[in-house]
Amino acid sequence: MTPAIDVVNVSKVYRRFARQRQFATLKSALLKGSLIRDLQPDETFPALRGVSFQVPKGCTYGVIGRNGSGKSTLLKCVAGISRPSSGSITVNGRVSALIELGAGFHPEISGRENVFINGIMLGLSKKEVERRFDEIVEFAELQDFIDAPVKTYSSGMYMRLGFAVAIHVDPEVLLVDEVLAVGDQGFTLKCLDKFAEFRRKNKTILLVTHSLDLVEKFCDQALWLDKGQTRAEGESKRVVASYIIDVEKSEEQELAKAESARLAATASKTAAVAAAAEDVPSDPVTTGDAPTDMFKATEGRWGTREIEIMAVSLQGPDGQTGHVFHHGDAIRVSMTVRAHQPNKDFVFGLGIFNADGVCCYGTNTYLEEYQPDEFTGQGQVTFAVDSLQLVEGTYRLDVAAHKLDGYPYDYHRLLYTFRIKSRTKDVGIYRPAHRWEFSPGIRFKAPDAPRTF
Amino acid sequence: MWHNLVALPRYRGLIQTLVVRDLKARYRGSVLGFFWSFINPLLLLLIYNFVFSTVMPGVRPADLEPYALFMFCGILPWTWFSSSLLESSSTLLSGGNLIKKVLFPAEVLPIVTVLANMAHFFLGLPILVGFLVYYQRPLDPVELLWFPVIVLVQFVLTIGLALLLSALTVHFRDLKDLLGNLLTLWFFATPIIYPISQAPDYMRWAMNLNPMTHLAISYQEVLFYVGPHGHWRWLMSLALLAVMTFLLGYFVFDRLRDSFAEEV
Repeated sequence: MTPAIDVVNVSKVYRRFARQRQFATLKSALLKGSLIRDLQPDETFPALRGVSFQVPKGCTYGVIGRNGSGKSTLLKCVAGISRPSSGSITVNGRVSALIELGAGFHPEISGRENVFINGIMLGLSKKEVERRFDEIVEFAELQDFIDAPVKTYSSGMYMRLGFAVAIHVDPEVLLVDEVLAVGDQGFTLKCLDKFAEFRRKNKTILLVTHSLDLVEKFCDQALWLDKGQTRAEGESKRVVASYIIDVEKSEEQELAKAESARLAATASKTAAVAAAAEDVPSDPVTTGDAPTDMFKATEGRWGTREIEIMAVSLQGPDGQTGHVFHHGDAIRVSMTVRAHQPNKDFVFGLGIFNADGVCCYGTNTYLEEYQPDEFTGQGQVTFAVDSLQLVEGTYRLDVAAHKLDGYPYDYHRLLYTFRIKSRTKDVGIYRPAHRWEFSPGIRFKAPDAPRTF
Repeated sequence: MWHNLVALPRYRGLIQTLVVRDLKARYRGSVLGFFWSFINPLLLLLIYNFVFSTVMPGVRPADLEPYALFMFCGILPWTWFSSSLLESSSTLLSGGNLIKKVLFPAEVLPIVTVLANMAHFFLGLPILVGFLVYYQRPLDPVELLWFPVIVLVQFVLTIGLALLLSALTVHFRDLKDLLGNLLTLWFFATPIIYPISQAPDYMRWAMNLNPMTHLAISYQEVLFYVGPHGHWRWLMSLALLAVMTFLLGYFVFDRLRDSFAEEV
């Protein structure tokens, strides 16, 4: 069977012109006699490099990748809007591209007339538009406004009408670029229903999206583009999984970089403060876990350093130091601490804050009734969690060493960051371990994937 | 090129729809609406008539009566020509959304511009007819047969130039500003407000090189002057030139086509 979309070794090179060229004009080009030379690019930028894939008829195919990885370029090439620099693309069947909704609408004329014009632009005949007109208007939910000029429409109405026309072109191959981001929840669901209907009718869909969820649930196969090259292709769940791992890796690097920058900034600041006055900063830190202070979310470091926190690291379940973890992971927060003189009055504490600066959890050894005896030399303090029940998000850590009365030895305020990833998009600041129970009359469809909470 | 050119007639439904949209949208929201198509050339005519009858009547060519009718024969087609070129120089840029986001035959845009302006030209014709009736001009029905030929030649020539300009403006945006001034010069270099006989002899050869000269003279001969249409040989060579211009315009347009989606 011939595939619906056949992309063979496609490359696309965008030309980039140096700053000089941008201001060059016909006149100056003629005067300098450099007209031909100026039309040559100074620099080229490969948006796609040797991409090949096939989409069988009736397949829903997802394309994922970061911003600037070439997804939209690929879609435009498949749609025929731009031409690949090399390679070939074959599409079998009528194509409709949902790249920008309502691209051809004229603001001054009515929705009704625009539906006709847009439909004809997308390849329908006038009769075909007439036949589908009521359906289109109903889908867009614009019965009352269809005779008003399009310039009076809200952006949502505009998008809905654009989508309704494009989807009713009844293509055999549908190309979709991130258009589901528009519209309210209800309309998005309606669009998804429409896509599902397309699938049932054995039509081919090529979907470019950042919503990995959608790719997993909806696509049979997927392609992962990275800097214009194919990183992975095949069964969508597998491709999405490897993409997620890669995203986490780079997030990890990003967080580590930000953290070390923050630590360096604090180090220089505290050094300056210490030089100015050999004194405890005036900030009256009475107790390390006093809620009033906990909500004052400014990062920094202070204390006398009689006990010094030399280093802080987070380890995931595999024992590797990192910054990105999954919901429910076993996590260890390790502090390397040193007492410059033997010390008999010490408390170690820790606080977890979410991105809004809300304290999710705070505790210390004194609150948990560890009575200090003696601390000499250097050692490790570890806060170990067997299963970290936090919702998805980025969190910051406070760590501290202080006296029983709160007198700070070394207080690190919000200097450490970690991110929690979760398949469940639940919300809040705390996630109690839980399950749902239903009486026999309440039934749910079997989930696509086994639920691991 | 030939392949795309042959495919062009397939878009006639699209072109038709877009021309109608252009005409509808242009006067939407204005009180007089479609009447502007009549009023605009009439106002232009009044201005020139004011200048040459009241402000500086000495400049006005003698023995050319009725002068208003003479001018109108040239102004009406000129307006079609100049607005077409001016608008088509920006039509790809303003239609950028279509070119970048929808699979859309770009040449449709300049063609629609020329056609929409042609529609305005046709809407102005009743006024011309009104003038002819008012001044009780004798019209030779056989000579009138030339009229559609002249219109056709102008149409082909204008489309050729519009294609060329619209494609080049994508790469050289300053063409648009240049064109405005060029068209003003072009207007006065064409025998529209004066008869060609008044032009100095040493300028004749230059004026003969101007294709609009022959179109203007042809319109004047058919509609204004009494007597047979003596300019048809010029008109026929111009027809040849118009076809060549069209092919050149389409060739350049087709060559630059792939760059539109990126440069617009």
